[in-house]
Amino acid sequence: MLEARMKVWRGDKNGGAFKEYKVPVETGMVVLDAMHYIQREIEPDLAVRWNCKAAKCGSCSAEVNGRPSLMCKTRMEGFAQQGQEIMVEPIQAFPIIKDLVTDVSWNYEVNKRIQPFTPKPDADWIIYQEDIERVQEFRKCIECFLCQDVCHVIRDSNRKDAFIGPRFMVRVASLEMHPLDTGDRLKFLKERGGAGYCNITKCCTEVCPEDIHITDNAIIPLKERIVDEYYDPIARFFKHVFVKK
Amino acid sequence: MNETNTSSRKTTGATHRTDDWQTYPTKILVVLTLFAIYGTYRAFENNWYEVGNLLSPFYSPKLEFSWWKFSPALLILPIPGLFRATCYYYRKAYYRAFFGTPKACAVTGTANPRYTGESSGIWTLQNIHRYAFYMATLVLGVLWWDAFQTLFAAGHFFNFSYFQISVGTIVFFVNVVLLSGYSFGCHACRHLAGGCLDSFSSSGASKTSLSIWERITKLNEKHEMWAWISLFSVMGADVYTTVVARHGIPADPVLFSMDMITNLVAK
Repeated sequence: MLEARMKVWRGDKNGGAFKEYKVPVETGMVVLDAMHYIQREIEPDLAVRWNCKAAKCGSCSAEVNGRPSLMCKTRMEGFAQQGQEIMVEPIQAFPIIKDLVTDVSWNYEVNKRIQPFTPKPDADWIIYQEDIERVQEFRKCIECFLCQDVCHVIRDSNRKDAFIGPRFMVRVASLEMHPLDTGDRLKFLKERGGAGYCNITKCCTEVCPEDIHITDNAIIPLKERIVDEYYDPIARFFKHVFVKK
Repeated sequence: MNETNTSSRKTTGATHRTDDWQTYPTKILVVLTLFAIYGTYRAFENNWYEVGNLLSPFYSPKLEFSWWKFSPALLILPIPGLFRATCYYYRKAYYRAFFGTPKACAVTGTANPRYTGESSGIWTLQNIHRYAFYMATLVLGVLWWDAFQTLFAAGHFFNFSYFQISVGTIVFFVNVVLLSGYSFGCHACRHLAGGCLDSFSSSGASKTSLSIWERITKLNEKHEMWAWISLFSVMGADVYTTVVARHGIPADPVLFSMDMITNLVAK
């Protein structure tokens, strides 16, 4: 049986270190299984957040060999067969609670600042597929916050005070593009949401486990809508004259 | 169990990634730098850009004014230059390659607690991308015109007796097709064509917008590919024109012409 060499970060907000473990690799095994093996057989106090083990709850976000990933979706065999060491550490953009568990509560606070879905009072609730298709892509988000983790504005420059991050750009896009929504979040997005902080380097799209085209379908269209409103007098004129919200 | 120290992740370029993340930004850095050097040299060279019915895309449309004493390319190149510089794809490419914000995903970039991205200073100019798109579309129209000119022997435009297909025709048409794929697949074009709407079913016009938007979306999905191949094709068209203009050999070999048909029939 193959045996994987794993380095798992152990520690808390005061500091920590990588600890090495040897874990037997079975067919179909994922990194989260290895964490469970360590908990069960070696160190029961290893802290890991997880829930569905099916890439649908977004709980087991971590960095595996430096790549932000869901542990339940990252196969062991590939690494183990190549004799590679597998390095598992918590996501870097958020404060550590313990071991692989981080405090992502900032995200929930950001969410509260976004104007919720605001339908017309007399809305016709029959919605055509072509109108809702764009929004449905955004609804796939499982809030794993890997996009928030990899975004350099949050991760490297720590501008959590000024930028809501890709996850919430997606949420705003899902509301702004909704055919029944009447809210206008562009002013919020430009001034408090920090849409201009995103420089389109597409890392959020690269790591999204739900394959949401975050940059092309959410962030750039929102940036273009901000251009309509604030930087393009011609488009602004046409929008106000011809387009009804 | 052995313990290992946690390495610092705060220094630029620090990462635990084990894959080859350096190649992409390095390739971009090299290719864009070489293109910038070549483009600048050609723009200032002010020579070998026109021969027969071939006009280099670097110099087209040829703007010649008595008050302008420098290369005409300097008047026209800022337009496609601005279009590419503000393009959403190229932004990703050069921010990664030249500015390290970040070099690659999950690789520590240039950390700056006062980072403001494209929301302040010169970077707010990125918002004029759609105006650059409008202007670049006009230039593209002229490049299509230039390509059609190559279908006729020099000085006989639209005279079908002088219809021909030369190597230059192929080079120029490939170039304008690739440039069109790049320009009309751009995010600004996609937004203007329908992305700005919240409902695609509300009227006949919005249904038409949906159909255009869907086509542009298909192009847009490969925007990176279009961006690169059109960059190489425009350079290729310029190199070809220069070689023909400078050396005369190969003097834009004609592959097909009405003369050939006439001679064939006479035989």
